[in-house]
Amino acid sequence: MAEIILEKKSRILSFAKFRELGLLGFIIILAVFVQLRNPSFLTMENINDMIKNTAILSILSVGMMLVIITRGIDLSIGATLALAGMISALTVSSNPHMSPITTMLLGTAVGIVCGGIIGFLVSKTSILPIIATLGMMNVYRGLTYMVSNGRWVSANQMPASFKAIATGKILGINTLIFIAIVIYIVFFYFINYTRTGRQIYAVGSNPDSAKISGIDNEKILWMVYTIMGALAGLAGVLWVSKFASAQGDTAMGYEMNVIAACVLGGVNIAGGSGKISGIILGSLLLGILNNALPLVNVSPFWQQAIQGIIILVAVIINALVKRSVDRNNLIRRKI
Amino acid sequence: MNDFILELDNISKSFPGVKALNKVKFSLRSREVHALIGENGAGKSTFIKIITGVHQPDSGDIFLFGKKVTFANPTVARDKGIAAIYQNTTCFPDMTVTENIFLGHEYVERRTNRILWKKMHERARELLRSIGSNIDPEEKMGSLSVAQQQMVEIAKALSQDAKILLMDEPTAALTNREAEELFAITRRLKEAGTSIIFISHRIEDIYKIADRVTIFRDGCYVGTWNISDITRDELIKLMVGREITTLFPKKQAKIGNELLRVERLYRAGVFADISFKLHEGEILGITGLIGSGRSEVAQAIFGIAPADGGQIFIENRAVKIDNPLKAIKLGIGYLPEDRQIQGLVLPFSIMENITLPVIEELSRRGWLHRTAEYIKAKELAELLRIKATSVFDRAYSLSGGNQQKIVVAKLLAARLKVLILDEPTKGIDVGSKAAIHEIMSDLACQGFGIIMISSEMPEVLGMSDRIIVMHEGRVTGEFDREEATQEKIMEAAITKRIHQRIAEVL
Repeated sequence: MAEIILEKKSRILSFAKFRELGLLGFIIILAVFVQLRNPSFLTMENINDMIKNTAILSILSVGMMLVIITRGIDLSIGATLALAGMISALTVSSNPHMSPITTMLLGTAVGIVCGGIIGFLVSKTSILPIIATLGMMNVYRGLTYMVSNGRWVSANQMPASFKAIATGKILGINTLIFIAIVIYIVFFYFINYTRTGRQIYAVGSNPDSAKISGIDNEKILWMVYTIMGALAGLAGVLWVSKFASAQGDTAMGYEMNVIAACVLGGVNIAGGSGKISGIILGSLLLGILNNALPLVNVSPFWQQAIQGIIILVAVIINALVKRSVDRNNLIRRKI
Repeated sequence: MNDFILELDNISKSFPGVKALNKVKFSLRSREVHALIGENGAGKSTFIKIITGVHQPDSGDIFLFGKKVTFANPTVARDKGIAAIYQNTTCFPDMTVTENIFLGHEYVERRTNRILWKKMHERARELLRSIGSNIDPEEKMGSLSVAQQQMVEIAKALSQDAKILLMDEPTAALTNREAEELFAITRRLKEAGTSIIFISHRIEDIYKIADRVTIFRDGCYVGTWNISDITRDELIKLMVGREITTLFPKKQAKIGNELLRVERLYRAGVFADISFKLHEGEILGITGLIGSGRSEVAQAIFGIAPADGGQIFIENRAVKIDNPLKAIKLGIGYLPEDRQIQGLVLPFSIMENITLPVIEELSRRGWLHRTAEYIKAKELAELLRIKATSVFDRAYSLSGGNQQKIVVAKLLAARLKVLILDEPTKGIDVGSKAAIHEIMSDLACQGFGIIMISSEMPEVLGMSDRIIVMHEGRVTGEFDREEATQEKIMEAAITKRIHQRIAEVL
């Protein structure tokens, strides 16, 4: 028995390592390749820019990861982001003296309400997440147009203190990046070192068993969608501050980028697994592709196609490896 | 009276449409292994779920250490010292061994509620060592073998300081040696003061490990005996119990040429060494307990989940079947166990369902020939006496029995020779059951070869010309119609492999 266990262990370890190391390796190769073609890629300024652009994406992908771990999906976050961004922008433009912190809290609160409603629909009425969030996506998008009467809130209507959220620095780090790092740390602790955090994994890994183990599945589901909403709301404020404009069609379709970042980062779309380190790398890879492909003169049309292909390849490799692991497990069962 | 630590009295539990438990009772002494046995559907699993608080009984009382209790949910039962190892290990495959062991009662720092991983890993390692296993607690549960997962489940029960441990079919997925290890652990637990409720289909297990045995049959309590007071033949007889009274409209069809031959069919981890023949006009019954691999064999022949090895011959021609379309073209039809999921397109009309497999023949250049479709469907619907206002009725509007007839009609529409029927009468009313049996008999007379997979003993005995019994992925018995009895089949279905026994003798 001992030999079997040892042999097995090494194989699994190499698989787990492969996932993250593979991604990291790919990022490095990509970076070196782009650098050779265009030396302005790895300059301090460009790197800073790249990470700044990835910050919002990676904040959202933390929430999306939690949702996907519970076997769900949230299509509404682009709309939630737009609604929260719009409401904060409107509020701040009529109250120019509002502190940036209050604005962020306001956006987060809007997001919590939006996410809470979806959480209610998914956990209490057992509507499939994809349907519930598709429906609410349209509701929130419509609300965004309604509260703004279809008008934009443009840069000159926003006070400087608000726009400074995206440009300012805390401890020498850009505020967006700083917030993203704080969120990583908080959620890393939450999902790895608290009971509630581990229960999220249990619910996604085996819902029936979770119920038998005395976990309140509904509560967990409600919670993850609310967290997702909160992060989307916060991201809405950051987004509007960064682009210095709030529009009805802000972040239209952005949820797909977020889902892509999660999938690239090794979050299993069937639920049960996903790591913070994975989605950081996943978001980073997407960010680098966005930044680097224009630098090496890839046409914008090709950029999207290339991104799509990379995501597919990552998922296929993942599926193949998983299948062979499953098969090996079956073979080891003697009859 | 008060030496019982757990007593259940007059427990009844119904689910929509079924009475799962009818006034059953059960009592557990301190430091005993009490076996609970019964056929499929005898209510054992429901019973366990009542003790662990997953289900609440409709009526009846539970006494724990002489005090009346109710288990409102699994957490309450766990806090009172009841732990369970379920039939299909209910683990979390994506989480580590440690987490599986401690889920719900993690070690946390008192002030901050932070999970103390290091302490948990250490304790998990200790627990696993104490039952003689050296599984790495940081490994993912999903990468362990079933036997190892079982070890983790036991460690989990230990970590809860369980006074009462329920084991539901713990040996079902284990090899003999692994099972022996499990028995040794069970004995040790018993000596340490745990009381164990042991559910198993394997009679050997019960004689090896149990002190007393209780039998359930069809949701009712049959009796409790000291294991030394009852022989294994008596046990089997009491488990099967009933007299066969239903009449089966079995006509003796002429057995003709060989239609299908399967040789040494094998699929990794599911079944092995399956060989049988099927002739024209023959009904071959395949039976065995749930999880014996019978449906999987059928699905391998039909190409849903192809076998890894072995050969299939159709009319003496070796064929390779790797998808259902190929199987249909070769003349094999499969009626799945779950008709609503696999057998029918519920929103379609009766006609559309029946003609689905032959839609190519009924169309010209891609255009459907509605009249031909209608004639074909009507003919078959009348043949099978499907009760509906017209063939345009939607499938979901019909009763279970009539839905089943549509699935059979669907098979008949395609020109087939071999029909595989997986639980053809499960969950349908008595009248429709008789009708389906009659249809099967007629089909056999017309020269079809039929493989019927069934758990219902009377049906197997009443309809089959030959019976194959499977246990844990292998054939453990083969009987002709004349020699088969309930007891012989049950014995083959629950006891050690025949082949292995022969090998041991030789």
